[in-house]
Amino acid sequence: MYVAVKGGEQAIANAHRWMADRRRGDRNQPEIDVEQVREQLGLAVDRVMAEASLHDPGLAALALKQASGDLTEAVFLLRAYRTTLPRLADSVPLRTADMRVERRISATFKDVPGGQVLGPTYDYTHRLLDFMLLAEGECPAPARAEVALEACPQVLDSLDAEGLIEQEVDDGAMPYDITRDPPDFPVDRATRLQMLARGDEGYLLALGYSTQRGYGRNHPFSGEIRQGAVEVEIEVEGFDGPLCIGEIIISECQMINQFGGSREKAPQFTRGYGLAFGRNERKTMAMALVDRSLRAEELGEPVESPAQQPEFVLAHADNVEASGFVSHLKLPHYVDFQSELELLRRLRREHAARDGGGTADEVESARAHEMDAGLKDTTASAPLSAPSSELPSESSSESSSAPSSAPSAPRRSQETSA
Amino acid sequence: MTPDSSLSELVTPAQRHRVLALTPLAHLRECWARLDITVSHRCVRGPDIGMAMVRGRMGGSGNAFNLGEMTLTRVSVALDDGTSSGGTLGHGWIAGRDREHAELIAVIDACAREARWSRQIDEALIAPLTQRLAAEHDAQSQQAAATRVDFFTLVRGE
Repeated sequence: MYVAVKGGEQAIANAHRWMADRRRGDRNQPEIDVEQVREQLGLAVDRVMAEASLHDPGLAALALKQASGDLTEAVFLLRAYRTTLPRLADSVPLRTADMRVERRISATFKDVPGGQVLGPTYDYTHRLLDFMLLAEGECPAPARAEVALEACPQVLDSLDAEGLIEQEVDDGAMPYDITRDPPDFPVDRATRLQMLARGDEGYLLALGYSTQRGYGRNHPFSGEIRQGAVEVEIEVEGFDGPLCIGEIIISECQMINQFGGSREKAPQFTRGYGLAFGRNERKTMAMALVDRSLRAEELGEPVESPAQQPEFVLAHADNVEASGFVSHLKLPHYVDFQSELELLRRLRREHAARDGGGTADEVESARAHEMDAGLKDTTASAPLSAPSSELPSESSSESSSAPSSAPSAPRRSQETSA
Repeated sequence: MTPDSSLSELVTPAQRHRVLALTPLAHLRECWARLDITVSHRCVRGPDIGMAMVRGRMGGSGNAFNLGEMTLTRVSVALDDGTSSGGTLGHGWIAGRDREHAELIAVIDACAREARWSRQIDEALIAPLTQRLAAEHDAQSQQAAATRVDFFTLVRGE
């Protein structure tokens, strides 16, 4: 039996109105401007762009304002917006070696051509609250050296020249695109990097950290971290060559890890790579650690830790998918729950009839029995029609696959809708 | 620096486009107005707002992978030359969602493809904008250079 229930429109409208009021806050305070968000909360804007997988600082700032600063919600808003746009072009792969560097450091060599350039960073601050920021004050302009920076070639090139590190050579392969075709595990490294680049920073940070603590140890060094502007070029007709459409800020991290090698091949350092839109240094470091740990199988290392398991890592990295599936538990499950309640009552009746009484333990085992039976009516849930628009990516997944009953969840592609 | 008189032979449409795309709209509008080239045009495609898939390379030099998308606006214009088939075509592609910037680039691109204006545009617009861009890049590089670490070694003992 299928019972559709409608209702709640007025409650929802009023809830949203209250939300807008809450977002606006005290009317005696000036309303925050999207431009202010973009200019003064730039690292939040960058994180939203990276995880939404859409570079547009103005829209990311708007999403942040609209979401009252909730990063995950802002990522969802921007990701949803991207589905409304047509793809007009593919870029020529970015030449990060030609980056106009604003920050560039290496933890492996003190003296690198171009030098150690700190750029604008929170490193080396004392992490003491700066109460001066409570008062309006003048902010001095950045210092300026008399001469510009020298060229900053990629640090790993020097190891590469000696053959001490595995080479990265382009074989011309067209990269897989998870926004066109859902990922099909096992996936290649290009697919992994695309998925990691949009992965949740906190999640990647935790996984990267786990590799350092011994779960998939591969002893990394930060060979080079750089951040700055790169020109984006596309191939279009009507011009003599690739066309520069503008510049974007990106962050890049090249990790150097311990050795691979074989009887035929002398030992070499191996690589982990991180790249992200905006100023996203922590994210790119975590990404590089996880990229490397996911290469375990390829490099003949034992796969024994979570961060080395591609399907586990990648299928749960996207916070739009993750929050969508977790959030759907808020949607009405009245019918689902009724059926469980019904079942439980029946089991308890049977139990009582069988040996005249039951303990809490036995109730637990009754529940386990019910789970085994797998009696879940999922089709009749979500009777509210309006709220489902809040969770568009979830409407179909409830019935298609239920990871709660299948921990090694088969891939689910909500990408097509988000 | 004075504009090199031989420059106009060297500037290709793609090189022009780069300079126009990297110049902020307000400044570009101002400099273009000073050239006093008046021409009417019509949009034959767009302005369309869409996206470009931005690609990176593994390790900076290896195989390509898809990093993520960026917003992109494109427009193609035709200059009005009195004929029904339409005049010279020009194209503008700009990161972001600024239709006006894309359209202005397309108009300048079209005009620069006409022999009567190409020299003037390259010498009086593209050359100074190229210099402005270089100066801006220099200034930013000087800021970065001010944060370069000068290591020194403390000699201990004798």
